[in-house]
Amino acid sequence: MNKRIALFFGLLVATAATTAWAEDSHEHGHEQEAFNPSNFIIHHIADAHEIHLWGDVHIPLPIIVYTAEHGLDVFMSSAFEGHGDVRVAERPSGVTYELSHGHIAVAGDHAGHDHGSHEGHDHADHDGQSHDDHAHEDHDHADHAGHDHGAHEGHDHGDHGHHGPVVYDLSITKSIFGMLLMLGLMVVLFGRMAGSYKSRQGQAPTGMSNALEPLVLFLRDEIAIPNIGKEKADKFLPFLMTVFFFIFFANLLGLVPFIGGFNVTGTLGITMVLAALVFLITTFNGNKHYWGHLFWPPGVPLFVMPIIIPIEIVGMFLKPIVLMIRLTANISAGHIIILSFVSLILIFGKGGEAMAAGYGIGIFSTAFMIFMYCLELLVAFLQAFVFTLLAAIYFGEATHEAHH
Amino acid sequence: MELLTILLEIGQGLAGLGAGAAAIGAGLGVGRIGGSALEAMARQPEIAGDIRSNMIVAAALVEGVALFGVIVCLLVALG
Repeated sequence: MNKRIALFFGLLVATAATTAWAEDSHEHGHEQEAFNPSNFIIHHIADAHEIHLWGDVHIPLPIIVYTAEHGLDVFMSSAFEGHGDVRVAERPSGVTYELSHGHIAVAGDHAGHDHGSHEGHDHADHDGQSHDDHAHEDHDHADHAGHDHGAHEGHDHGDHGHHGPVVYDLSITKSIFGMLLMLGLMVVLFGRMAGSYKSRQGQAPTGMSNALEPLVLFLRDEIAIPNIGKEKADKFLPFLMTVFFFIFFANLLGLVPFIGGFNVTGTLGITMVLAALVFLITTFNGNKHYWGHLFWPPGVPLFVMPIIIPIEIVGMFLKPIVLMIRLTANISAGHIIILSFVSLILIFGKGGEAMAAGYGIGIFSTAFMIFMYCLELLVAFLQAFVFTLLAAIYFGEATHEAHH
Repeated sequence: MELLTILLEIGQGLAGLGAGAAAIGAGLGVGRIGGSALEAMARQPEIAGDIRSNMIVAAALVEGVALFGVIVCLLVALG
């Protein structure tokens, strides 16, 4: 008992000492802005061109850019030097690229400069317009307004940094790297599983096969066969299983802490492809009854037809779109909630100034965060299950024979 | 012009209201699903497993719509 009390107080003193040391360096002019929760959250949700582990430690990823002028250029993201918002990479071929807010542009058109000057002048312009009635600093605002009208003529307003040649960014970003990692994992895992089934015919499975067999059988017997029918389920099973395990593993990857915060299935691009594949498979496998029911639903009175038919047609496109949004929103929302609980601690602690508040909220926040993590594990499996189930239902609708 | 700028500033705060409304919608919807599922399980305990799976599917569909609203509010609030 005494040992535990001593250990607890020792830890408390150690953390207090560390924060005191951190605050000390804080006062020594180490530039630190106030903690901005929305930037923090967006940085962890959005895609990035390298894997940011902690502080200044990065795992670089390949950058692949193509411009019409300079052709294809491949290099590692560690070539981007500098800290802060705009980072510059000078290539041996002489081209200089700028990485700003996840956007790569060719430098030399003062792209970064214009970005900054546009922001400042835009604000002054608006202020000049709306504050004209106030006597306060009227002169300055009018001056700025006069200045900027001339400067603005030549540039587009909404265009932030697309100055110069169009850059096709084909880099391996963090999400793509996570996706490739999961695909590689699945190929290795299921390849070995299939091999072990072949070599151990007649015997019970062991190892990973043993662990994954209930899931695979569940997919086949509870999702595919009841919705598609026994004869046709085999045609769609490979796709359904791939989609289920990819979404499941990618969701789990996003939950692992400390490896850089992957958000594979929370990216609209990746879920859009999955939903598009479901749409394409339903469209190409639709039989006569499917299309007949779509354009002429049976059993509907004639005067309601003009309303029902457009709804059915829109529904045909809307169902995959909702699939995409459901998956992205659920996974992203889960990540945002967990990040918000962490941000709470940082907000209350005010960057080291209000330690007691930080501790107090820390206990509550950590407890809730652990609860949210458990919920997110459930959601990871559930979203994969719902996506696969709905895909199976759509495939079943498409290949459904005439009513018995 | 002034009214427009004021409205644009309020617009960002309204995103919070929108997210709250989406949460209310999700709560009401999934609450009803859970309630009727429990009632059904009480009436016929032997098919509780079937009811449970269908409840989860319906809950995921309803949550999808609510999170659609959350995403829109997020887009308004952050840009």
